[in-house]
Amino acid sequence: MLTLVLPRLISFEGAGRRSASVVERNVTTLQPSYWLVMASGFLEPILYLFSIGVGVGALVGDLTLPDGRVIGYAAFVAPAMLASSAMSGALSETTFNFFGKMKFMKLYDGMLATPLRPIEIALGELAWAMMRGNIYAAAFLVVMVAMGLTTPGLAVGAFGAAVLVGFAFGGVGMALSTFMRSWQEFDLVASAQFALFLFSGTFVPAQAYPPVLRWVVEVTPLYRSVDLIRAVTTGEVGWLQALDVLYLLVLFALGLAVAGRRMGKLLCR
Amino acid sequence: MTLIHARGLVKRFEGFTAVDGIDVDVQRGEAFGFLGPNGAGKSSTMRMIGCVSPPTDGVLRILDMDPRRDGPAIRARLGVCPQLDNLDLELTVRENLTTYARFFGIPRKVARARADELLDFVQLTERADSKVEPLSGGMKRRLTIARALVNEPEIVLLDEPTTGLDPQARHLVWERLFRLKQQGVTLVLTTHYMDEAEQLCDRLVVMDGGRIVAEGSPRTLIEQYSTREVVELRFNAESQEVFAGKLTGVGRRLEVLPDRILLYVDDGDDAVAEVQRRALSPASVLVRRSSLEDVFLHLTGRTLVD
Repeated sequence: MLTLVLPRLISFEGAGRRSASVVERNVTTLQPSYWLVMASGFLEPILYLFSIGVGVGALVGDLTLPDGRVIGYAAFVAPAMLASSAMSGALSETTFNFFGKMKFMKLYDGMLATPLRPIEIALGELAWAMMRGNIYAAAFLVVMVAMGLTTPGLAVGAFGAAVLVGFAFGGVGMALSTFMRSWQEFDLVASAQFALFLFSGTFVPAQAYPPVLRWVVEVTPLYRSVDLIRAVTTGEVGWLQALDVLYLLVLFALGLAVAGRRMGKLLCR
Repeated sequence: MTLIHARGLVKRFEGFTAVDGIDVDVQRGEAFGFLGPNGAGKSSTMRMIGCVSPPTDGVLRILDMDPRRDGPAIRARLGVCPQLDNLDLELTVRENLTTYARFFGIPRKVARARADELLDFVQLTERADSKVEPLSGGMKRRLTIARALVNEPEIVLLDEPTTGLDPQARHLVWERLFRLKQQGVTLVLTTHYMDEAEQLCDRLVVMDGGRIVAEGSPRTLIEQYSTREVVELRFNAESQEVFAGKLTGVGRRLEVLPDRILLYVDDGDDAVAEVQRRALSPASVLVRRSSLEDVFLHLTGRTLVD
């Protein structure tokens, strides 16, 4: 038994180390100009928060949540901005950048001649993509706390939730990229992403939609992400959020598995 | 010791067979070559040996392991220099080596020391902090070779190591590869340059259409499939064919190419004298020694590089 299990455990340890070496490669490529990219990614949700959360919020006034609690509009919109920025951060790294590295830079062809396996490359790239998104999330939460939209304790919980959201979307983005044949097809991803951003209970509670539409909205991944993060930042976590977590974990695992398999198929012909 | 062992190895893609049942054995310390034209199945074979392409059928064992199952363990002990450089364009020359070393789990300090050693070996120390893009073709190829050596591999796979390089750059690469060979590293290379095969390979197989058509050392192949000398005749005419008939009986064999006629003879000077005696006046006459090119031409009826 031990001889059967032990080598697998060791090779798993090796897999983690190998994925980390992919992250290390990306860290090595960092240029001083990268901080500009970082700044713009951070600024976007903040701008939305101020223009819509605070600006439009002044017109909308307070909102009554389904459970009867009343919160300010900015406190309603902020967690949704956090969720969608975690989504777009993860997607931008795992779609455009990942596709470019795979198809045009032929980066993974070189990596696959080493002990690295496709799934390990996928996991390493995903972890890397998450690092950037996580920095955005942390910075945004600091702003939220400063504006009194949540408490520091809840912000720590929300950070964990945002990390999970990032991994889930990163997995999906990677899996999608392995099916793409040209840059043009990414326009579809961008459109889908924008639709999710507008309708996932971000600016308006899903209860505002007709029942059928509402049902559709509630099964989308961004809605589940917004639901999770909003429950955390407003301090109202229940069983439904356990479902959100499970949903996102499944999405992540599925995305990573599909990405790894497809990479193997595409690159190890 | 046999490092690479293949029996009836097959690689099929949708609709065509790239490698059609080949038997190969490569011993430790040997420089082994796959010689053949483009599309002969050389690169597909190399990718299977490199454990990045699963065989469709047949037996393949590398370092006494199974590539289907032990891919990562085998690749840890291989060095691969692919046909097209896939260097990391976002990294510097030195970083290309250190980062690659990390994929093998080599500690950072060791990686840095080894990178410096290898940069020296491929004569790129002065370009260590340059990006890859501005390097010349020959430099990029040397860097790719250095990268293939970063894990101190037992077998180095080189897929057309000098294709696309100018003569000077080619000689520099050959010289480095020859030094590796002297150090006892097992080299497996593909090429469609006969001079490359003659320079570097102890033993080689000639591939055509996914099959092995001959095997041996460059010398034995030439002895077996060609004559000692070759006379190349060029005639100023639309077609060389007309003159072929007038050359019957001169030498052992004759090949008509679009631009010249090759006479396979034991003694070149005798043959040239005979040509002159028959009052044929070719525009140019060249007597040379037989090469692997002639072996290939004889075996397949085609030239290697077209």
